[in-house]
Amino acid sequence: MAGWSTHTGKAISLPLANIDTDQLIPARFMSVPRSEGYGPYLLHDMRRDEAGQLRADFPLNGHPETSVILAGRNFGSGSSREAAVYALVDAGIRTVIAPSFGDIFASNAVNNGLLPARVDEETWKILQATTKDAPQGITVDIKARSLTLGAVTAAFALDESWATKLINGWDDIDLTRNHGAAIAAFKRTRSQTVAWAWPAATD
Amino acid sequence: MRTPQTMLDKLWAAHEVLQRADGVSLLWVDRHLVHEGSHHAFAKIKERGLPVAEPSLTFAVVDHYAPTRGRTKIADPQIARMIDTLRNNAAAHSLRLYDLLDPHQGIVHVVGPEEGITLPGLLINCGDSHTSTHGAFGALAFGIGATEVAHVLATQTVWQRKPKSMRITVNGTLAQGVTAKDIALGWIAKLGTDGAQGHAVEYAGSAIRGLSMEGRMTLCNLSIEGGARFGMIAPDKTTFAYLEGRRFAPKGAAWQSACADWATLASDGGASFDREVTLDAAEIAPTVTWGTSPEQALPISATIPDPADVPAAKAEAARAALDYMGLKAGQKLEGMPVDQVFIGSCTNGRIEDLRAAAAVLQGRKAKVPGLISPGSAQVKAQAEAEGLDRIFTEAGLEWVASGCSMCVGMNGDLVGEGKRCASSTNRNFKGRQGRGARTHLMSPAMVAAAAVTGALTDVRTLLEGRAA
Repeated sequence: MAGWSTHTGKAISLPLANIDTDQLIPARFMSVPRSEGYGPYLLHDMRRDEAGQLRADFPLNGHPETSVILAGRNFGSGSSREAAVYALVDAGIRTVIAPSFGDIFASNAVNNGLLPARVDEETWKILQATTKDAPQGITVDIKARSLTLGAVTAAFALDESWATKLINGWDDIDLTRNHGAAIAAFKRTRSQTVAWAWPAATD
Repeated sequence: MRTPQTMLDKLWAAHEVLQRADGVSLLWVDRHLVHEGSHHAFAKIKERGLPVAEPSLTFAVVDHYAPTRGRTKIADPQIARMIDTLRNNAAAHSLRLYDLLDPHQGIVHVVGPEEGITLPGLLINCGDSHTSTHGAFGALAFGIGATEVAHVLATQTVWQRKPKSMRITVNGTLAQGVTAKDIALGWIAKLGTDGAQGHAVEYAGSAIRGLSMEGRMTLCNLSIEGGARFGMIAPDKTTFAYLEGRRFAPKGAAWQSACADWATLASDGGASFDREVTLDAAEIAPTVTWGTSPEQALPISATIPDPADVPAAKAEAARAALDYMGLKAGQKLEGMPVDQVFIGSCTNGRIEDLRAAAAVLQGRKAKVPGLISPGSAQVKAQAEAEGLDRIFTEAGLEWVASGCSMCVGMNGDLVGEGKRCASSTNRNFKGRQGRGARTHLMSPAMVAAAAVTGALTDVRTLLEGRAA
């Protein structure tokens, strides 16, 4: 996965609270292999009518060039389905800005190069006022924890370890395998001192 | 003197392989549970040519896509493919698989405890947000995404920043007809679906000690609906009595030694929590949700709120929820007609849940159709041995095999567009049980009451003169 530290694109407002992962991608699409792309399923039942046609009045539909979503609090709450992140990423979304995120969603996002940028409620209201009528140009700078939306520049919060990961595009498996000796030593000690932590032998 | 520690502190320290300079810990994973949805993660390790690091600590369960009828020949090719993919991955990596016809198959969060795969003091991961269920045993259990599942498969470890600690204390005695589900919906309604975000919740107090393991699992299961990735309860005699003799639990001298270790896991007296919340059990009533978020819950005696009267930050969500649910402000919850009912899921599909539903349904007929899917094949067998299945079928409800079923609808058990379902599950999100489906969450006993009257009903009125 390629790392990134700045992004310039187009932001739209989706000011709903609690956009959960069942809305980000309904469960019925989750058996699709990733290689087929998850973009068409993003917010499927909000964006599309019963016949599967895009609704003209849904903000995202008129602006396929959107790369940043400004959403309400508790974005990505609910299930651990990483498919919710795949749907965003495959639809070209690089950053979601919200007052808060579901814990599992946020770590899934960072694992896929999607920035969950947390802003306080006051900042959120200003950003919302800026984007509510029309999409706006935006620049996001991870190192500076700063974003510029139209004429507004604001700070966002991000865990330091997540910033490092997004910027470097690190893959945890490679990093962890460098700690192979420490893991092996831990396992040896645990198996000697906490034998009950291994499943009992069965007949 | 040693600083008093929380159970979270003890569990964390026991699993920490190392801590990076940025404060993130690498934790050892004692048990890893996988299901059909783990296909992305298996594809990731295959791409890199990596084996599963610890096959003997990894257990595979068919649950999310499990058909609840016609298991020997699956009609839907997409569902058959998902299950076959798990079978192939389990075979390729020599994992113990709980397949459809296994007498111990079931929902992963029901099977783990039943089999003694789940034990106090363990770190348990699964690619499912309801993994918090296993915390009911005093385990550090949390849901992870596919990238993390691949990481656990490849390394048997997981990177995680230690969450903040929060204790929810519930003292007193629950009234008849009031359950762990009502405690959970009650605190989530009070604090919000993001009320415990970033925290590990420990449940304590006399009302919690008084819960059975089934009730404790229901409570910990729903932690994620309040935003907490972790829920936990200190192990005690109730915990040990549940686990003794289970297939993968320690035996003989190892059992004695394990119990002695587990008894030390409880939070020390004087341990401090980042946040404390206290509830009075006597104030908790049978609770139902009216909206599209678990926080939109009220006692059954309440009326649906006017969005104009709720805090501004939640008014728009309330309006949208009422619109989706086809409800109006000021309507009474009690007496609201439902189209169908569902009892099952990792939240409320255990034997105690079925007994509570049967106590209401015995000798009565359901006015609406409904589905009952036990949480596991073992729960199903136990229920049948007790004659509960006959109570359900004589009431006119459908008794089927175990799986996630209508909680998430992946297996095709769906609620129709615009239909109102009284459900013992965990999420009333828009479209969760099917596109346009209207879900009301409640305890299994309350679902049974709704079946009997065809409307949302205070179960206590149907329990008079009956043993609950």
